[in-house]
Amino acid sequence: MNKRLSGLIAGIPTFWLVVLFVLPLLFVLKMSLTEARLGLPPYHDLIREMEDGLITIKINFGNYVILAQDSLYLSALWGSLKIATVSTLLCILIGYPMAYAIANSPKHLQTPLLMLVILPFWTSFLIRVYAWIGILKSNGLLNNFLMWCGVIDEPLQILHTVWAVYIGDAYSYLPFFILPLYATLVKLDRGLLEAAADLGARPVMQFLTVTLPQSIPGVVAGSMLVFIPVMGEFVIPDLLGGPDVLMLGKMMWIEFFNNKDWPLASALTVVLLVALIIPFVLMQNYEQQDSKDKA
Amino acid sequence: MVAESPIVQIKQVSKNFDAVYAVDDISLDIYRGEFFSLLGASGCGKTTLLRILAGFEQPSSGRIFIDGQDMTDVPAYARPVNMMFQSYALFPHMNVADNIAYGLKRDGMGKAERAERVQEMMALVKIAAYAKRKPHQLSGGQRQRVALARALAKQPKILLLDEPLGALDKKLREETQFELVNLQERLKTTFIVVTHDQEEAMTMSSRIALMHAGRIEQLDTPRRIYEFPATRYAAGFIGSANLLHAHVVSQEDELVTLRSEALEREFVVHHGQPLAPNMDVSIIVRPEKIQVGPANDAPNKVEGVIKEIAYLGDVSIYHAEIAPGVRIKFTQSNVLPLAEQPLSWEQEVRLSWSPYSCGILSQ
Repeated sequence: MNKRLSGLIAGIPTFWLVVLFVLPLLFVLKMSLTEARLGLPPYHDLIREMEDGLITIKINFGNYVILAQDSLYLSALWGSLKIATVSTLLCILIGYPMAYAIANSPKHLQTPLLMLVILPFWTSFLIRVYAWIGILKSNGLLNNFLMWCGVIDEPLQILHTVWAVYIGDAYSYLPFFILPLYATLVKLDRGLLEAAADLGARPVMQFLTVTLPQSIPGVVAGSMLVFIPVMGEFVIPDLLGGPDVLMLGKMMWIEFFNNKDWPLASALTVVLLVALIIPFVLMQNYEQQDSKDKA
Repeated sequence: MVAESPIVQIKQVSKNFDAVYAVDDISLDIYRGEFFSLLGASGCGKTTLLRILAGFEQPSSGRIFIDGQDMTDVPAYARPVNMMFQSYALFPHMNVADNIAYGLKRDGMGKAERAERVQEMMALVKIAAYAKRKPHQLSGGQRQRVALARALAKQPKILLLDEPLGALDKKLREETQFELVNLQERLKTTFIVVTHDQEEAMTMSSRIALMHAGRIEQLDTPRRIYEFPATRYAAGFIGSANLLHAHVVSQEDELVTLRSEALEREFVVHHGQPLAPNMDVSIIVRPEKIQVGPANDAPNKVEGVIKEIAYLGDVSIYHAEIAPGVRIKFTQSNVLPLAEQPLSWEQEVRLSWSPYSCGILSQ
């Protein structure tokens, strides 16, 4: 291919990533090392020209020290990890049977069923989360229905608890789990199930020994697509969770907008990023191991 | 010796997909220790019949008995048969040893005994060196061996093989044919092979069922199917054959005199069954049974002009025109490597064959 053309094709996304991702990231990293002040911008610049003409660079690790010392931030990190883990597990429990059913349904039904999975995206994410308030609140749809059935006598307090956050997260990110898993399941060779049956495996054993182990890459990919955004999620815990639901995304919002402490918010962002890089690196290792096995 | 009961009985089995009959009222007995081939072109129903035996397809009607027991409604996982799949269907996430052990594990065989059997199987098909490899790290021939070992590990009463050599290249295929036969003789397992390759079926089988359009066209030993094809389809499918149209003139003892109007001459053919006079039939002559050169006393002779020559190395195939629009095919062994070609284009030849090396097809 034309060298200049291929350079251009590689150059555009590189340029895009550098300008819109790497530079802002460096900016955030820099801001996390500054000191907050009253004024505009609400932080001292890292590089300052003193009155005597000297240029001083003042690096402040204080924000990170605060994060490490104040248990509030540690519990926010822990809260994010816990909520992301539980939400991912919920997505696996609900999403695996759905992806499996779609992948095993007749060919002409698969596309409509996938459409149903994607259909909620036609409505704004924010509106769908608001809708859950109407469902979960004390005199909302769910409680009214359960009381009408006679299952409960008085409304359950779901809204403004961590359960509402689990429900909202699992609901919002379920399609991201189903789609990659479906793509993995639908590609599996049906002949292998026949081979397993031929060798004496009953249907449940066929699933456990053939389908399940081969679908792990799809489960891993889907879980990452749920876990990573839920870790930084702000809207769902803010709208559905109560004051005791602590998550990093919410803390960032509070520091940035309420406390006007941009450096501390930036430090939180860096911590979140590092917390997200760990599972990502784990997945990369898994994939490399997998492709090494296949090579 | 007591007459042996068949290990597989297929009784009036049909399988239709809507209006199309893949298997059309087939009845068939297969005996213990046979190397049985289901031979036919693609779409003839041979694979469907094999899948019915394995339990992957339910027959639309008819019953399947294995070792005297009705297996028609028994699911695949409970049948005493194992299958070697055309695509091998090896489990990609398991290594060779685990693939072979899979069926044994499902049977709940103990760990020590299982390891021993896996070793035995790997030695049997000579893949012990690859025990820890995954299927994608093996060559096609090695995968074929793993598939065979996996299917044999449970010591099934019957081994079903779906195009077992189909994915191998020609040289490997020829070697493997003999290995399969030796293996079968050693294990005494009943092998039922599906193949579209007539040479493969001829080399390996004790009996062949030639299938066509969901039915069995002919069921016989390889030699009898080749020498005495029952139908024109069978004659054409196995080996190549010259078919000459003629009608019966007379029959004396077992020698039939026939006349071909197109060739304006009479032929004599040995045939055991009585034939009605004036009946329209085909005389079948295999190309290698035709002799070249003057043979004045032979009852079957024709003259022709050579129109096509194909040199195959071991033999050459010639097409001679013996009447306008009627061609006959014959072969000659190439005995001398650099001899001047004995026959060339447009050369006139006299061809003859014995009444005992040709046959009559009435259908």
